[in-house]
Amino acid sequence: MDIETFFQNQNSKKQLRILTCGSVDDGKSTLIGRLLFDSKNIYSDQLSQIKIESEKYGTQGKQIDLALLIDGLQAEREQGITIDVAYRYFETEKCKFIIADTPGHEEYTRNMVTGASSSDVGIILVDATKGILDQTKRHTFILSLLGIENIIVAVNKMDLINYDEKKFKDIIASFKNFAGEFNFNLQKFIPISALVGDNVFQKNTNISWYNEKSLIDELEGISLNEPLEEEIFSLPVQFVNRLSSDFRGYSGTITSGKIKINNEVHVFSSKEKIKIIKILTPKGESEFAVKGQAVTLTFDKEVDISRGDLLCSVKNHNYFLSDQFASHIIWMNKEQMIPERNYIFKFINFQTIGKITDLVHKININSFEKIASKFLNLNEIGYAKVALNKNTIFNTYKNNKKLGSFVIIDQFNNQTVGAGVIEHELRRASNISWHQMSINKNLRSSINGQKPCVLWFTGLSGSGKSTIANIIEQKLHKIGKHTYLLDGDNVRHGLNKDLGFTDVDRVENIRRISEVSRLMVDAGLITIVSFISPFKSERKMARELVESEEFIEIYVDTPIEECEKRDPKGLYKKARSGKLKNFTGIDSNYEIPSSPEIILETKIKSAEELADEVILYLKQYNKI
Amino acid sequence: MKLSHIDKLESESIHIIREVASEFVNPVMLYSIGKDSSVMLHLAQKAFYPSKIPFKLMHIDTTWKFKEMINFRDDIAKKYNLDLLVHINQEGVLNNINPISSGSKVHTDVMKTQSLIQALDKYKFDAAFGGARRDEEKSRAKERIFSFRDKKNRWDPKNQKPELWNLFNTKIDQGESVRVFPLSNWTEIDIWQYIYQENIPLVPLYFSKIRPIIRRNDMMIMVDDDRLKIKENEKIEQKKVRFRTLGCYPLTAAVESDASTVEEIIIELLESKYSERQGRLIDNDQIGSMEKKKQEGYF
Repeated sequence: MDIETFFQNQNSKKQLRILTCGSVDDGKSTLIGRLLFDSKNIYSDQLSQIKIESEKYGTQGKQIDLALLIDGLQAEREQGITIDVAYRYFETEKCKFIIADTPGHEEYTRNMVTGASSSDVGIILVDATKGILDQTKRHTFILSLLGIENIIVAVNKMDLINYDEKKFKDIIASFKNFAGEFNFNLQKFIPISALVGDNVFQKNTNISWYNEKSLIDELEGISLNEPLEEEIFSLPVQFVNRLSSDFRGYSGTITSGKIKINNEVHVFSSKEKIKIIKILTPKGESEFAVKGQAVTLTFDKEVDISRGDLLCSVKNHNYFLSDQFASHIIWMNKEQMIPERNYIFKFINFQTIGKITDLVHKININSFEKIASKFLNLNEIGYAKVALNKNTIFNTYKNNKKLGSFVIIDQFNNQTVGAGVIEHELRRASNISWHQMSINKNLRSSINGQKPCVLWFTGLSGSGKSTIANIIEQKLHKIGKHTYLLDGDNVRHGLNKDLGFTDVDRVENIRRISEVSRLMVDAGLITIVSFISPFKSERKMARELVESEEFIEIYVDTPIEECEKRDPKGLYKKARSGKLKNFTGIDSNYEIPSSPEIILETKIKSAEELADEVILYLKQYNKI
Repeated sequence: MKLSHIDKLESESIHIIREVASEFVNPVMLYSIGKDSSVMLHLAQKAFYPSKIPFKLMHIDTTWKFKEMINFRDDIAKKYNLDLLVHINQEGVLNNINPISSGSKVHTDVMKTQSLIQALDKYKFDAAFGGARRDEEKSRAKERIFSFRDKKNRWDPKNQKPELWNLFNTKIDQGESVRVFPLSNWTEIDIWQYIYQENIPLVPLYFSKIRPIIRRNDMMIMVDDDRLKIKENEKIEQKKVRFRTLGCYPLTAAVESDASTVEEIIIELLESKYSERQGRLIDNDQIGSMEKKKQEGYF
């Protein structure tokens, strides 16, 4: 072949990202193996290795088990199931394919979501001998949630039902029955057998009643939306290129629309208009650039633009700058999602602390019912309101997938615990503004010659928090300081009497206490808070509500054996006998502070001595 | 204007490289001198053009690389004014670890895996780019683009963080790190096409030439220096050969070939029946061996 023709062909091939999904034994890996095998994308040495492994692990007797090409990790080959997302590559005359192969089990919904997030087309496999299963519905729902516009329902194992046309039509009917509301752009049904190859690449006489395209022809025919003429230009600024003194450029990948030299664009955060002078694309300096290109731009004037900002069309743009929105959230971690807990929200070029303030409902992904719930467990999907600590630029997922999606990261173990797609902005935040009063906390507290702060006591039940806190308050009172002591037990009788001791309620308990102590600090008081407050994340939330030098975390360090020995309220005894559930240190976790301002060891010193240590600290830091 | 498949891959890789430069304090690009590293380096230059690459490059030298590779490395570093570190595991050198008498497994472990870990710890890099592609090998097909490593540089394939859209989790604790693979979605043919279109310089070993080889374990091994002892039943032949991948010379098999230009290599590749890792002896130690090596810290 002549090389120039080859490159012309290569460059005219489109890229298509596809996802295969379906229930556990519907034959996904076999189908992908078949696609690779029939498109001649398997080399002979790979094939000979598969032959060896087929004899060892294969499920197809003496035949080559094509699924073994796909199930990459050794554990999977041994268990015969796919447990993670694997990516595969093959090409045909017209197309370059990237396949995400994702697992079918319900406990791997998160992997399927991962695969779906970057796919253009979803192939939903249905086992002809079993028909539509719960997993089929779940996967169809997820594809629709993640905005996949093209789906192909491949009814597999037709060879096992003697290529029965009626059964095929029944399956189509029951699929349409539940999937009617999803509005896919393209929805096709193809009877196939991945094992023997019917209708995957070649049309087969076994299914003479089927007159439409084979699977590969259908895939090749899919056209992806190219940017329209009037599409809004948007470029989230990823990197500021000021690496050499004589150059200042702004880099990022265009997420919609296109631009030309001399176009005016809008810097979203500052509303400034600037003119494009140079466009540096991967192919060099260019007159224009389009969606999908990673570019660097220079402008006619120096303005303040940093990572996290957005450059977009001056007219008719549809972006938001807000700190609240409503979104669908997919939870991906074993530790459940807790409303009001702080998490990191990562967007395309920006991350900030935020929380899920309100779970409106969760969705039964098998029946699509909306269910009231306070939290989400692993693999559950819900509709929720999100509040961020900072204003963030975003769009709805429907308008722009890149600027309407985010992942949720745990602040402490750095796991990716969830993902979300933004449905709409919430305007509440901009309507309620903080009233600026003329008397502020400095004026209030200056009357008493004190600086307001929070003394946040944390420690196990019976560790001595309240005893020490009480002595401190007496000592401060004696020298004329204004204080207020918030005690766990007392607050639970009033403000928080509606809360129990589950993790969710504990978080809400501490959130309210944190807000109250913030108000107390604002009132100019030395606020003493004495709560078990077992979780790092909630203590961090409390800390972040006030100025950094205003929060003094005091860890009352008493070993649990000692607390249990003291047991002033008889609670340990009850917890041990099972009469009291969710008791910290017994069947609920206590997370020891990693860097508290003060540690009080009650085994070494008396409560009186420890109280004096805290008073000394306040003097040293000019609080009193 | 429509972006081709290669255009899309190119922009995706540049995006990944810029993301690392934005989010990490002390990244490094592992430069292995091979064709994938050459493409990765080329993309990094584009990502920051007209400025210099804002991080260091590092080569883990096992002391058994082909001489031509080392010469090429030094020429490229000079030509592009790269900030290149070269790390050798001196402990391994002292213990005379080598691919011939120590065996491929021990040599790779000590001079590559251990050496890499030493260097990452020494310079406290928090992110390291590698040129691996998912189409190369089955366990790589499952690895994330941003692949987390714990404080001991280990990969846990069963506990990978979900990676959605192009939102990459870059949060790590002190002492932990991330391996980043900007070429994840490229295939071998994509790499060659890009090398051709962009005219990227390569080590001459990729191109066919008459070279001295011996036959050992059904593979053709090039005699690059006198450390390769010729056994009695072996004889040096002059063969027209080239290399599909480059590693330590006693572990890298040559293939007979007449392809002496990038065009001819592409044509050969299209007609070839063998996948590229076949020329690497280390993969065949045992079934699943690449996955094991990766868990221990290998790229």
